[in-house]
Amino acid sequence: MLDFFLGHYAYWFVVILMCVGLYGILFKKNLVKKTIGLAIFQVSVVLYFVSIASKWGATVPVKDSNIPVEQVANYLNPLPHTLMLTAIVVGVATLGVAFTLLMAIYNRYGTLDEQELLEKIQ
Amino acid sequence: MIDSHLPALIALTFVLFAILIPMFGLWKPKSSQPLAVLGSGIASVLSLYAFATYLQTGSIRYFFGGWEPPVGIEFVYDGLSGFFVLVINTVAFFVLIHSRQVARREFPGKEMPYFALAMLALLGFNGMILTGDLFNLYVFLEISSLASYGLIAIGSRPAPYAAFRYLIIGTAGGTLYLLGVGFLYTVTGTLNIIDMAAMLPTFATNTSVVAALVLMVVGIGVKAALFPLHGWLPDSYTFASSSSTALIAPIGTKVAAYILFRIVFYLFGVELTDAVAPITTVIGILAAIGILYGSIMAIAQTEMKRMLAYSSVSQIGYIIMGLSLANPLGFAGALLHVLNHAVMKACLFLVAGNLRMKEGHSDISKFNDSYRKKYPWTMASFSVAAISMVGLPPLAGFFSKWYLALGTIDNENWIFLAVILISSLLNAVYFFRILEKVYMMNPKKDQKEGSDAERNEVGFSMMFPTSVLAIALFVIGFANAAIVGILFNIFPM
Amino acid sequence: MDLTLVPLLAILSSLAAVPFILWSSSKPNLRETWTIIAALVKFGLVLTLLPSALNGESVTLHLFDLAPGLPFALNADPLGVFFAVIASGLWIFTSFYSIGYVRGHKEHKQTRYYASFAICLSATIGIAFSGNLLTFIVFYELLTLATYPLVIHTESDDAIKAGRKYLSFTLTAGLLLIAAAGMVYYYTGTLDFTPGGVLGDADIPYHMILVMFILFLGGVGVKAGIMPLHGWLPAAMAAPTPVSALLHAVAVVKSGVFAVLRVVGYVFGVDVMGDYGLNEILIVLAGATVILASLIAFAQDNLKRRLAYSTVGHLSYIVLGIALLTPLGIQGGIMHIAAHATMKITLFFCAGAIIVNLHRTEISNLNGIAKVMPWTMGAFVVGSMGLAGIPPINGFFSKFFLISGSLEGDMMIPVIILIVSGLLNAGYFFPIIHRAYFKKGEGLEKYGEASPFMVVPIVITATLSVLFGLFPNLFFNFFDLAAQISASLFNSATP
Repeated sequence: MLDFFLGHYAYWFVVILMCVGLYGILFKKNLVKKTIGLAIFQVSVVLYFVSIASKWGATVPVKDSNIPVEQVANYLNPLPHTLMLTAIVVGVATLGVAFTLLMAIYNRYGTLDEQELLEKIQ
Repeated sequence: MIDSHLPALIALTFVLFAILIPMFGLWKPKSSQPLAVLGSGIASVLSLYAFATYLQTGSIRYFFGGWEPPVGIEFVYDGLSGFFVLVINTVAFFVLIHSRQVARREFPGKEMPYFALAMLALLGFNGMILTGDLFNLYVFLEISSLASYGLIAIGSRPAPYAAFRYLIIGTAGGTLYLLGVGFLYTVTGTLNIIDMAAMLPTFATNTSVVAALVLMVVGIGVKAALFPLHGWLPDSYTFASSSSTALIAPIGTKVAAYILFRIVFYLFGVELTDAVAPITTVIGILAAIGILYGSIMAIAQTEMKRMLAYSSVSQIGYIIMGLSLANPLGFAGALLHVLNHAVMKACLFLVAGNLRMKEGHSDISKFNDSYRKKYPWTMASFSVAAISMVGLPPLAGFFSKWYLALGTIDNENWIFLAVILISSLLNAVYFFRILEKVYMMNPKKDQKEGSDAERNEVGFSMMFPTSVLAIALFVIGFANAAIVGILFNIFPM
Repeated sequence: MDLTLVPLLAILSSLAAVPFILWSSSKPNLRETWTIIAALVKFGLVLTLLPSALNGESVTLHLFDLAPGLPFALNADPLGVFFAVIASGLWIFTSFYSIGYVRGHKEHKQTRYYASFAICLSATIGIAFSGNLLTFIVFYELLTLATYPLVIHTESDDAIKAGRKYLSFTLTAGLLLIAAAGMVYYYTGTLDFTPGGVLGDADIPYHMILVMFILFLGGVGVKAGIMPLHGWLPAAMAAPTPVSALLHAVAVVKSGVFAVLRVVGYVFGVDVMGDYGLNEILIVLAGATVILASLIAFAQDNLKRRLAYSTVGHLSYIVLGIALLTPLGIQGGIMHIAAHATMKITLFFCAGAIIVNLHRTEISNLNGIAKVMPWTMGAFVVGSMGLAGIPPINGFFSKFFLISGSLEGDMMIPVIILIVSGLLNAGYFFPIIHRAYFKKGEGLEKYGEASPFMVVPIVITATLSVLFGLFPNLFFNFFDLAAQISASLFNSATP
């Protein structure tokens, strides 16, 4: 039982972060907090990918002249890391667009609270 | 020669123009729209040429940088992706022609960013369709989504809020998709679709694979406006500018549907999908509910764009229901409906744009029979598109419903058949209501507005795309045997 | 002579006239000329197909594929030619009559009226010549769409409500027809109309056959006015009378019973219908409709509504004849298609003349009009007598064959229904005639007979009813055609 938690602690961490993010998106009224929730949600998935790339006793995937070419397994899997670089950039771009939209909303309506916004739009 | 590079060329045309438009646009703002039209025109021609090549020689696989999969990323131009690319690029071309005057009126001064974003959105859509790599798909998904958020935000006052809501839900969906891809990568070690499809059967019972499939379907379902994940759609389509809606509505949800097709039919294969999780049954039911829900909500609307938005929710339900049937007739019907709905919805939203241009609103309760005299061509196009949406022969809409109906009968799924038939009637209600208002004299008022109105039709650049799309519905209707013949060949069984 | 293109040309002849009608909207005389020319051309083309039909031959034309394996097929078989002759022939008279009515009544939007009429006739001939269910459905829906502008023509509140009712009934019916056609295709792989039916060979479970029959019944029953699907017919009387005359007494409703005949004889087949007892359902529904419609007709004071319910009743004569599944019965039904058409159109023409001339619509207001409109009322007498089944009008002969067919099948109840209905017919027509001739009218001094454009067609159609009664094979060999069509359905050897 303990092993179920301790053995997969990385995944548990990811799950908790996802739940925090989802909580933020769904239950927070302030639009900025929703955005923060979204960011946390995206980060949790990034962490998942990073975690699957890791191995016991492996080193960072930077070419080390001390390690012979045949012993490739001594490096971590670099592919998820590359994918996540892209994903992080995507996340940053998304946040940028989100904040621009929030500024436009604030300029037009003067509030960033969802309740008030819905009333003003009606 | 050029043939082997076609998949990449189609997508890269949009990259080129996405760069050219800001460059020239800062110098001469008026050049943005013609450049956009040029770009999508070149892409349409390339798509057409590529499809013709495909019909003769078969699929094209393009390896970027010469790196073969599974190491490199590839673009796969097969029947399914070729068909979708052809449909969305051609429709986009006509919508962009139309947007010239709308841009001048609805968002003056912002033409350059608008058309640049349009190019990026189309890049994202084309990339999503053409790519053969799951993570690459995510990248293009996000590109198109971000561009779409921007396009929607350029609109009326509540538009940024609608765009923001779409952003939150859409990005969450994309992230779920990404997580699903991560699970699949963990299990199979590859991201290439063709590669993975060969490996998946051995992992069918792995819980990660089940979870991955569910996550991917839910994530893409958000983008496809599958009930009940459609909440972002009505507001986004209503508050965006007429051109944005006309661009995104016919295309965006279709591309998401394409991804579902890819996953269910090609990546997993129909038997494997059902073995892993009862996905087809569930999304079939959700699609059926969505069809009825969309139609009923559409009847309740007083504003034309909102009505068309709910109608879109309903129509995408047809496509996904066709997918869920998992037989050749349902497949052909769904794909034919992709084509038909893209053309019909684009035509309808362009009509809404025309009316907004001239009347300043598209509020149905204010429609009256003067429209018949003032905008004869616009209303004629509307009539054709409306009759096609209801599904009356010989227009295109009848045939997609016919094949879907045959597909449901093939599966002996009588409930779905009833849903298709009932929703056709519901469609008739909300479309004929407008036709009645426009073509009949208002019995309550004594003033005969119709006979006094002068013709005030929209300009050529707006009338031409609307009419062409309406005429296309006749052509597709008569030619549908040829089209469906091709679609049956694409079916991967 | 190569006739293969004639069916297509017959359909297109009035469609081709539509642009001309639209362009001549400012010159009424020219516009009406186009309609007349189109009607004459259409009738002429259809007539050229008559000799081969009498020989039992069909003229087939396969155009492009509507769907893989399902061509857009025209098949001018004897039944199709029969129906086409009636529809196109009567259109000529209706066009002349329309001129008198529409101008006398000073109707608005005349161009839309004439153009819609032309499209409707194209659709009707298309229905007549359809070779398979899919082509049939295309023209059937086209007919619905084309008749809508005619139903709501006056654009009054009543007309718009009638239009909505009409659409909801007919569109629903269209969908049921599509579902039924889909199922036929699923089980047999074909949608062709074949004498003797296509369902006989396929191995279909009983409940599926029943479901298909019910779907078809819903699909065609609306236009055929079978109760309880008849509700749109009385409401559609809000349309101008020539519309009611041709479309709702001849084209639309006859398309409905034509469809019933196609379904019973050419999709299910007489054997399947009998084996599964499906005809009994039809007999019950049709018989009930005949009696109920005749009874309801009594209660109507509006002349057109009374005629509408009379139509509902007589349509079910035809359905009843088909449902008997005996050669004489079906022959009687087919003959009644022609007989009822000529008689009912006469009556509706009369009603229209009365409306235009005297501005009167209610029967209680029709006292003494025979003195003022002798020709009109004379024709009315002829039409009513025929519908009641009194010789020598053609209505008597079709009824005779219907009763013979019922006796041929050892069924007494249809005989009783037909005789009772004949009495009821007389019962609701006689008072009108009595009032017109024997009661003193008020306020009639300033009126005369209706315009010749209206009176001449009325007299001609009434005369035709008498002539066809006396000489059933006159001009068009309707009698022989009907006998031959009926016989062809009973050759149970599948081709």
